[in-house]
Amino acid sequence: MLAKRIIPCLDVTDGRVVKGTKFLELRDAGDPVECARAYDSQGADELVFLDITASSDGRATMVDVVSRTAEQCFMPLTVGGGIRTVEDVRTMLMAGADKVSMNTAAIHNPQLVADAANYFGSQAIVVAIDAKQDGPGKWRVYTHGGRRPTELDAVEWAAEVARLGAGEILLTSMDADGTCDGYDIGLNAAVSERVSIPVIASGGAGTLDHLTEVLDKGRADAVLAASIFHFGKYTIHQAKEHLASHGVPVRL
Amino acid sequence: METQKKIGVIDYGSGNLRSVTKSLEAAGSSPDLVTTVAQLEACDAIVVPGQGAFGDCAKNLSASGMWDAIIEWIKAGRPYLGICLGYQLLFETSEESPGTKGLGIFPGKVVRFTPDAGKIPHMGWNQLKDTTGPLFTGMDADPFFYFVHSYYPIPDDASLVSAYCEYGGRFAASISSGAIHATQFHPEKSQASGQALLKNFLKSLN
Repeated sequence: MLAKRIIPCLDVTDGRVVKGTKFLELRDAGDPVECARAYDSQGADELVFLDITASSDGRATMVDVVSRTAEQCFMPLTVGGGIRTVEDVRTMLMAGADKVSMNTAAIHNPQLVADAANYFGSQAIVVAIDAKQDGPGKWRVYTHGGRRPTELDAVEWAAEVARLGAGEILLTSMDADGTCDGYDIGLNAAVSERVSIPVIASGGAGTLDHLTEVLDKGRADAVLAASIFHFGKYTIHQAKEHLASHGVPVRL
Repeated sequence: METQKKIGVIDYGSGNLRSVTKSLEAAGSSPDLVTTVAQLEACDAIVVPGQGAFGDCAKNLSASGMWDAIIEWIKAGRPYLGICLGYQLLFETSEESPGTKGLGIFPGKVVRFTPDAGKIPHMGWNQLKDTTGPLFTGMDADPFFYFVHSYYPIPDDASLVSAYCEYGGRFAASISSGAIHATQFHPEKSQASGQALLKNFLKSLN
């Protein structure tokens, strides 16, 4: 049976992990490669690096981080943040990423999704969607880390990027993100029912029951989580055992 | 003392092969990228990874002259490990690229998952069933491997199949025939189970 995936996400700026990871006894908890290795050994199903670097120098650093991680971790790696062109996608894939995630650039230029999927295959292209609830059963797409509203409906946009060739959707609820009060179940269920590509739920994880809830009622295929793992509250293995005990198929 | 076998990773320009070469290194070999027939001939075993589309891959391999060389290699029974597209190419045709011929080593066709199987691509960790043959020696039953694909081969000869996987029905997740092995899943992305499989492949060369 296909397992539901647990995916830790590391925010990286100028080659350093932002919210310092406190789990395990890492020599350098700010080193993304060392964090990646620790999650690899914990049995994470995949890993996401979100590059939040502003400068172009930092971007080159990110390519190096991806390349060193790919040499040491034999698990799927997704890189997002600041991807604007097919060339940016190519650079990250050649560095060793398996998938590249795009957000704002896909909204400004939807053809980028189609072009990138054509060149590299749908399996390599993730579209990240940041959504905020707008009314009952309605969610609006935001850009720039949730600061700028767009005219797009999140469920419709998800269907559009799937049509363009995206292989996966990384769906973040801006309402739930950072609250630790649980994922937005309605948003995840609405998008997952609409598209035929996998959906990764993001934003709001505070307890292990939250993971169960969004994978079950929210119909997500995977969960992205940062804080609950970074701060050592739970290990990946504990999360999986919890899910398994609630009948969610996981790789233990 | 065993001499180190020369492993060639076929590079047909479709993308990054770092994870394949690095995981083969971690499993105890020193692979080289192979872009020409002459380089291929100097190898003891070849690994054909898979990225991109069936048709593009066939086109690129033909352009480099390696297409016929790979067919001869396999027909001579020399060691081969195909991954993903390197598995699918062993068959005759693919629904992904109608009109493009595969290597045609084994009778059978490559088909697309139907929407009732679930989300497409079939992406993530799935369990193998009924594993058999040298690639799975010493592994637990029903091991998890990482898959990412929308198409899968249906070999006419079911006796080739060395593992099945369930996704809206059973499909052939890997095959073995003599020294020819191929997997739909990605050992280079499958952490410990992937390393175990690659080590088994390397061991099979001695």
